[in-house]
Amino acid sequence: MSAPHDAVVIIGSGLAGYNLARELRKADAAVPLVVVSRDGAGFYSKPMLSNALAGKKTAASLVMKPADKMAAELNARVVAQVAVERIDAQARQVVLSSGEVLPYRDLVLALGADTIRLPLQGDAVDTVLSVNDLDDFARFADALDQGPCGQPVQRVAILGAGLIGCEFANDLLARGIQSTVLDVADRALSRLLPPEASIRLQDKLSAGGVQFRFGVGAQSVSTGPNGLVVGLSDGSTLEVDLVLSAIGLKPRTDLAAQAGAQVARGVVVNRQLATSLPHVHALGDCAEVAGLVLPYVLPLMAQARALAATLAGKPSDVAYAAMPVAVKTPAWPTVVCPPPADAQGQWVVSGDDENLIARFESTGSEPTLLGFALQGKAVSQRQALATQVPALLA
Amino acid sequence: MKKYQCIVCGYVYDEAAGSPDEGIPPGTKWEDVPDSWVCPDCGVGKSDFEMVEI
Repeated sequence: MSAPHDAVVIIGSGLAGYNLARELRKADAAVPLVVVSRDGAGFYSKPMLSNALAGKKTAASLVMKPADKMAAELNARVVAQVAVERIDAQARQVVLSSGEVLPYRDLVLALGADTIRLPLQGDAVDTVLSVNDLDDFARFADALDQGPCGQPVQRVAILGAGLIGCEFANDLLARGIQSTVLDVADRALSRLLPPEASIRLQDKLSAGGVQFRFGVGAQSVSTGPNGLVVGLSDGSTLEVDLVLSAIGLKPRTDLAAQAGAQVARGVVVNRQLATSLPHVHALGDCAEVAGLVLPYVLPLMAQARALAATLAGKPSDVAYAAMPVAVKTPAWPTVVCPPPADAQGQWVVSGDDENLIARFESTGSEPTLLGFALQGKAVSQRQALATQVPALLA
Repeated sequence: MKKYQCIVCGYVYDEAAGSPDEGIPPGTKWEDVPDSWVCPDCGVGKSDFEMVEI
């Protein structure tokens, strides 16, 4: 006799997994719910990992609710420290590393994304850290106290001057660590901000002690006499105590692909977050909705609400309003609502010592606002401007 | 004065501190924070998610 296929099984206990569980419970108090996690399954907010030092948070205090409390609140079974070996879509069940087989009515992939790692040479590549989840943060925090070469960390190289790289550079200042941020691009957040806004952010972080080196990439990380030696693409070297990689994210698609689901950049889903496999859904950083992979909290919440309604019997399409992203750089507060990738237009930038306002306006006789970046005190205009920008996915 | 935490992203609203950058003066009680207010960290609306007293 096989177990009944009556449960909603969610793989992943990050913001996507748990927020879907919460939304689903609001809509359906009765359906059996199982959350499978390969870590401890405590609920924490991933965006807080890159500003935890300033708030004097530890890996333990970042956990807002432990797994048992989440299980009780959600009336769910939470299976922690267990990986998923495979999905059998035909038999509608997942096989766990513990040997347990979980049948499902509906399966939700909330798998997240992996950090992209550069193909580096050298004998100390294994010491390069990235912070993509709570366990990573614990390793990072421990490494700051005692670095790979045994001493407390004073000098840090950050690979990548994107959102996460700049946030960590700012956060490390709270520990008195003045990092060096490397990027092959010519400025910080080059894919999100207009040049003027990148430069203002760089200037403010530099005033705090962060050093930027643009147009160079790391090629190797080796052990030197006084720490780690980072070999750079321009032939120079940089001596540091710790290397933090913040190049970007790649959706986790392997599990879905092995089960036969269609994958592209992410796990391909329709507007109802359904994969190409029956009764298998995906949301969050692993999912590609209408060609969009958006690793931010707002789209994830929109997805969780739509999918919860669908799973509760009210099929609902996900819609995205314009979604501004806050860059957690207290040295120079920044909010950006990037224009669509194919938008035709130009940035119009104004500001003074305390503000920068960049509007991305369409070309034509009646320019419309397609995106914006706000910095300094102007971040308070976020909501007002967001309502003027067309919906990302209407 | 109480504190409330955004259960989505962990942002803490402290009634004593308010949120002056968003025009919420110090001492503003949670119930007096306008419904149009959004979490400054994750942008989720006040009415859209639960805040827990901590």
